[in-house]
Amino acid sequence: MAKILIVDDMASMRKMVAFTLEGAGHTVVQAEDGDIALKIAREQSGFGLVITDVNMPNMDGITLTGELRKLPSLKFTPILLLTTEAGTDKKMEGKAAGATGWLVKPFDPDKLLMTIKKVLR
Amino acid sequence: MAVDLDQFKQIFFEESFEGLETMETGLLGMTDGETNLDIVNDIFRAAHSIKGGSATFGFTAVASFTHVMEGLLDEMREGKRQADQTVINILLESVDEIRTLMTAYQNREDPDTDQAQLLQQKLEAIFGGSGNTAAAPEKESANKSEAAEENRLLGWHIEFTPHDNLLITGNDPALLLSELAYLGKMTMVMEDGALPPFTEMNPERCYLRWKIDLLGVNDEGTDAAQTEEAQIREIFEWVEDECDLVVKGIYPERKASDRRAGDRRQPGQLEDRRQSDRRTGPRRPDDKAPAAQPTTIRVDTNRIDALIDMVGELVITQSMLGQLGEDFDMSKLSRLKEGLEELERNSREIQDAVMKVRMQPISFAFNRFPRMVHDLSQKLGKKIRLELVGEDTEMDKTVMEKINDPLVHLVRNSLDHGLETPDKRIAKGKDEEGVVCLKAYHQGGSIVVEVSDDGNGLDRNKLFAKGVERGLIKETDVLTDEQIYMLLFAAGFSTAETLSDISGRGVGLDVVRRNIESLGGNVDVRSVLGEGTVFTIRLPLTLAVLDGQLLKVDGQTYVLPLNSIIESLQIDPNAISSLAGDAEVYQLRDAYIPMVSLSELFATGEEKPRGEEKHCALLVIVEWADKRIGLMVDDLLGQQQVVIKSLETNYERVPGLSGATILGDGTVSLILDISGIIEMSTRVREQAMNTRRATGKRNRVA
Repeated sequence: MAKILIVDDMASMRKMVAFTLEGAGHTVVQAEDGDIALKIAREQSGFGLVITDVNMPNMDGITLTGELRKLPSLKFTPILLLTTEAGTDKKMEGKAAGATGWLVKPFDPDKLLMTIKKVLR
Repeated sequence: MAVDLDQFKQIFFEESFEGLETMETGLLGMTDGETNLDIVNDIFRAAHSIKGGSATFGFTAVASFTHVMEGLLDEMREGKRQADQTVINILLESVDEIRTLMTAYQNREDPDTDQAQLLQQKLEAIFGGSGNTAAAPEKESANKSEAAEENRLLGWHIEFTPHDNLLITGNDPALLLSELAYLGKMTMVMEDGALPPFTEMNPERCYLRWKIDLLGVNDEGTDAAQTEEAQIREIFEWVEDECDLVVKGIYPERKASDRRAGDRRQPGQLEDRRQSDRRTGPRRPDDKAPAAQPTTIRVDTNRIDALIDMVGELVITQSMLGQLGEDFDMSKLSRLKEGLEELERNSREIQDAVMKVRMQPISFAFNRFPRMVHDLSQKLGKKIRLELVGEDTEMDKTVMEKINDPLVHLVRNSLDHGLETPDKRIAKGKDEEGVVCLKAYHQGGSIVVEVSDDGNGLDRNKLFAKGVERGLIKETDVLTDEQIYMLLFAAGFSTAETLSDISGRGVGLDVVRRNIESLGGNVDVRSVLGEGTVFTIRLPLTLAVLDGQLLKVDGQTYVLPLNSIIESLQIDPNAISSLAGDAEVYQLRDAYIPMVSLSELFATGEEKPRGEEKHCALLVIVEWADKRIGLMVDDLLGQQQVVIKSLETNYERVPGLSGATILGDGTVSLILDISGIIEMSTRVREQAMNTRRATGKRNRVA
């Protein structure tokens, strides 16, 4: 089971994802925006996956992805972007910044769990 | 895995309503023809979050509506469209519509989508042809949905050649390949021809390629023949640009069909019904009985942390006292006292901290007004600027919820009756733009909210005439300006000549006054004709607990709100003088303060012949709304915090009393309502004066 960092400014989404992942036995650390997430990523180690929303105040998910990739501990860690289907450009931007993949809203707990199987080692 | 999403929906509703407010505030901050990118970004982000969340939580109507709205916002964000008044207005309407839809979902009702569809058409009309780009399905889904004729397809041949940078994005070929194995029986060949000599190898790069055949049934019973190309491509979706991928159907005659799968998603239909129905069951609004929405409150975590710290201290004190109790003897008395003092301090701190949890900035109540002023000024053809002052002033959430309606009423009044039309203002030499100001601040233990405008002001003569006409006063009455203005708050008093649909819908200022008074507050009005009007609402900071001074009158113990007390003094009989009527005043330094006997007011004492009733030893000077009176009391007891119990819920409303409480010894004590007492004593005085004037002789009023 992995330690997963989930970043979303919307508490409802963040908690839903956290609840689902915890229910599946993972350890979850939550962050409200990119700034906080980056701070957590610098202070803690052992993350097996990062799931981040794209649209966030302070630091958006794509900038965050770029920053996380600079940290040796997260260089090869999967990073998934939460996005909506309209955000094709964002997906590409996210990939360019180093994102592993994306999770398209709407998603339900099952889809979430299936998706992360693709990247969890 | 079945997860009940309900528990997150309530949070989502709150977030969305906040988001809608952000959008509204942003839209109102935009000026015609200017696009402020920061604001547009804020609005876009709010709309986007609502869209994503509502789709996830199954609020389809909101999701598809925000989708169209988002398209328009996106154009603004990219500078393709300027924010003109038409666009701003339609976006404001859209915000309202989302709020309506969301409320319906919150109440577990089927949303009425007619209005949303109309509005959606309007949005699309503005949006023009370009609106379809965002709503159109992604290009890859068109490719993906190529499917083969079921009876001919046998399986799939896949060639997967990762680019050497694939690993850097956190993707892992092994995981992708193991995903493939779920789709059918898999055989594969790995080619390592591109592997460089060991010394030149970069471990962060990928040098391998795979050729895979999905053919036949795997261990889980999935037949590769039933697998669609889209499923395969989906696995490689994230690495599309980091690999070369070939996916070919395997047919007996090797002929790919170009027939398209029929289940392509419709544009705009965001919820994948098939999936959500299967997984979470159909969502019906009547799935669960409509329950009262729990009210929640958002609290700064620092406040909670402080509370937890204090509980920690309380536990320490408690265990200290517990130990002391184990083997107590009188030598430990001082330590017991210390412990009890500590306990008292702990509970007071906790109480303060708990109260703070309920405190919210008044901006929550003020936030609705920019929109209201915007809409109404257009409707009324007036130019109005709204000023908000002291939005950070905090007040109890319950109090705030209850002053909402009175505030709306007062602001509407100012807009409708107070402020003049631009031409009238210009004629009077005023700026054509009228100003309505909402101001909040703390004063003593109260919070004061002012609603002021620089409009017409109140016309004393007009009000007086109206008061006479309504039978509220007599033509012969001599009234101060203040008394005349207060007529506004009398039941059945309305000065507007015509009832507009903005204010004057039969609910008058008397209701405003009653609402405020039921909160233990009061309202008054000041005005200068031609220059403007100020309504001042004064409210207690909290409704639950009161710092009280206990006092005794006729053997009864009463609680007096501590913050209303200016000073207490021993009565010097020489300082008492009688004015005309029954009024006795006390000379305190330079001021004359009306004396009020609680004993007389509540008729609790024995009837005494005139001249003998001033036996009280103490005078407590209290103030409310800039008025001071002296309460005659027999004795002052201690001060303590009391928990307010409502008289109305347990008994009935009693003038002069704001509630009751239970004291430490278990006895019930009544809490004095200073504003009520001032009002009662004023009335008694006036009656006395009038009777005297009418009959020409001194009459005693009980």
